[in-house]
Amino acid sequence: MKLLTHNMLTSHVKGVTKGYPLIIKATEVKVNELEFNPQFVSRMIPKLEWSALIQAAEWLEQSQDLPSALIPNYENDEEFLRKVHRILLEVEVIEGCLQCPESGREFPISKGVPNMLLNEDE
Amino acid sequence: MESSMDSTRAVRRTKEEKKLLRRQIKASHTLLKHEGISTVSHPTKHLVVSNGGLGNGVSRETLLEVLKEGGTVESLLTPPAKPYAFVTYLSTEAGQNAYTLLNGRVLQCHDQSVTLYFSYVEKVDSDRSVSCALPPGLSVLEDFVSPEEELQLLQAVDWTPDTDDVTVQKALKHRRVKHYGYEFRYDNNNVDKDKPLPGGLPAECDALLRRCLADGHISVLPDQLTVNQYQSGQGIPPHVDTHSAFEDTILSLSLGAKTVMDFKHPDGCSVAVVLPERSLLVMKGESRYLWTHGITPRKFDVVPVSEAGGSGVMTSDVSNLTLSRRGTRTSLTFRIIRHTPCNCAYPSVCDSQQPPSPPTVPVAEGDACRLEARYVHQVYEEISSHFSSTRHSPWPQVRDFLLSLAPGSILADIGCGNGKYLGINPEVTSVGSDRSANLVQICIERGYEAFVSDALSVPLRSGSCDACISIAVIHHFSTQERRQAAVRELVRLLKVGGRALIYVWAMEQEYNNKKSKYLKERTTVACTESSEELKTEENKPNQQEEDDRKMSSDVTCTEDSSGNVTQPRIQVHTNRTAFLSQDLLVPWHLKGSVDQNKGAASGSANGPLDNTSQGPVLHRYYHVFQQGELEDMCCGVTVVKVLRSYHDQGNWCVELEKTLGNSLKNAVA
Repeated sequence: MKLLTHNMLTSHVKGVTKGYPLIIKATEVKVNELEFNPQFVSRMIPKLEWSALIQAAEWLEQSQDLPSALIPNYENDEEFLRKVHRILLEVEVIEGCLQCPESGREFPISKGVPNMLLNEDE
Repeated sequence: MESSMDSTRAVRRTKEEKKLLRRQIKASHTLLKHEGISTVSHPTKHLVVSNGGLGNGVSRETLLEVLKEGGTVESLLTPPAKPYAFVTYLSTEAGQNAYTLLNGRVLQCHDQSVTLYFSYVEKVDSDRSVSCALPPGLSVLEDFVSPEEELQLLQAVDWTPDTDDVTVQKALKHRRVKHYGYEFRYDNNNVDKDKPLPGGLPAECDALLRRCLADGHISVLPDQLTVNQYQSGQGIPPHVDTHSAFEDTILSLSLGAKTVMDFKHPDGCSVAVVLPERSLLVMKGESRYLWTHGITPRKFDVVPVSEAGGSGVMTSDVSNLTLSRRGTRTSLTFRIIRHTPCNCAYPSVCDSQQPPSPPTVPVAEGDACRLEARYVHQVYEEISSHFSSTRHSPWPQVRDFLLSLAPGSILADIGCGNGKYLGINPEVTSVGSDRSANLVQICIERGYEAFVSDALSVPLRSGSCDACISIAVIHHFSTQERRQAAVRELVRLLKVGGRALIYVWAMEQEYNNKKSKYLKERTTVACTESSEELKTEENKPNQQEEDDRKMSSDVTCTEDSSGNVTQPRIQVHTNRTAFLSQDLLVPWHLKGSVDQNKGAASGSANGPLDNTSQGPVLHRYYHVFQQGELEDMCCGVTVVKVLRSYHDQGNWCVELEKTLGNSLKNAVA
């Protein structure tokens, strides 16, 4: 699971109103080198919940001193975009779990696959 | 229309003329509506004679006698089982003359009177004579026994009651039967395999059976014989011989008189086959397992005029058909008792391959969940790697949709399977979701982003997606509420202005005269010639006026098979045939190896073609959608509009756009 995906995921446990972001409890994290595409990263940034991304990076100790608020004119800041590229696309959670911040329900991540299935009564 | 004779006819002539005109117009409307035959108002030499067909019991000879009064007849086409005929006169004048003279003529045919109505047609389409090939695996061997043998065999069957306890004899409602070797039980349509009858088969059959063996029609001698005797007017309802009771090849010898046996494919294709006296019918494979066969109870059969005991399909030449009176026919049906479960390629009609306790169409939510857990989720987990190996080609129109997305778009593929759409457009961020952990694992191994979740509860932020696709997913939900909830969930994920593409399997596998790939990929092409007939059959409106029904009624057709039990169970579908109901179980023949490439091209549920493999059969639940159903369902969802709705290779498809602003609850929590 990449942090880009994590940024989109939310808790869907019934009755939960503050289910975002999901807490990451990782036991295995991998960093995959990927070709840097500044344009692609620039396009993704406005679609992100920035604070959730920074929070996720901190859980994985990958924040690289990224600011807690989005900087202006990031499109031309290659160093900034490279850092975002790294946490968004290169860092992957292989084992661990995602936890609903409100209900505490944990969803396992195994071999890189988050299993978000709920039981019938959830 | 025969009821047109009423008491006022002699009194008021003009009124009767008006009535005649009215009925004539109605007859021509019926021809157009149900048969696609366009009549014209100006005189021509070609006329269609409503009610003057073999299907009305009007013989060719009787009709020709009458037609000759109008002038010289060039040709007469009498399509089988149709309530009309086509006549072509030598000239337009003769045609006009016949029209004036013969319209409204009442014929006495057997025990009923028939009123003829004439209409002009531009031309007579002789292609209308649908020529259907024999069902695959079927053959009729003429003169298989000599007249002497025939007599001997007939004498060997002793019909005197209660003579012995080595055979079983029964007088059924419509015929009498006698069983040798094993008793065929009509209560359960099977045989008691551990209770053979002591007498065995009559010795008189030995020579005949040895010949069958020598000629290669059978590889094992039959051990069961059922003798049926049909008086004129008697028949047998359409049926498929119980798969679990008998082996593949079934032999049936016709003695005493010829008859016409009707074979019918589940798709609706039907073939009438003449069984001449002393001929042997051999049914193997598809004709034995899938097609029903039966004999319509009637006293006259439609047969070729010139036949001199000719066999085969009699629908080939409509200029050459007439009626033949039936005599007493005795048939000897030889079968081989089956001792292992049937493993044929036609599970929809195979009693050995029914799921242990077929589920019913669910109503309650809990039942729906259980059904889907057992017949969707569990099955996909089990077939995931085999399934994935058959799914690599994206459907072109789905690909087009994905490539139309703006760079930087976020796409969610809900029900992504093995992720074949996740990498189509590298300019968009794609994330997949599927109920099957095994399939999601395949996505991850391919380097895609995906997670396991249910399409009714997707753990993604509302309004986070620029586009969503749901390809061949929603048909797996077993109630209307759940199907619509799946659409609602998809729309929830979209931002305003975002688009969703939904594909579901269509009930209509034939659309705009084109068969879907799913149907085309059938190994056998038994019914291609009859596709036109099939189409008109399907296009028939459900509610017909009483008179229309009379006009278009097919007197030679027996309706439902008597063996059908109409419990609300979900039926098992036979792969690559038309759907017979909307809720069904589609078999998947599991293969251990992943070298299976067939069915890779497309198809939401193309099972492998080689159905005869020994692998286990798993059943997936589907609700196939009727035309308009998907669109109607989407229209019932708020904040969405349907951009387009189309049919693509046996699927119904809609493209939606999210219209109104997100409500408060859709904001990021």
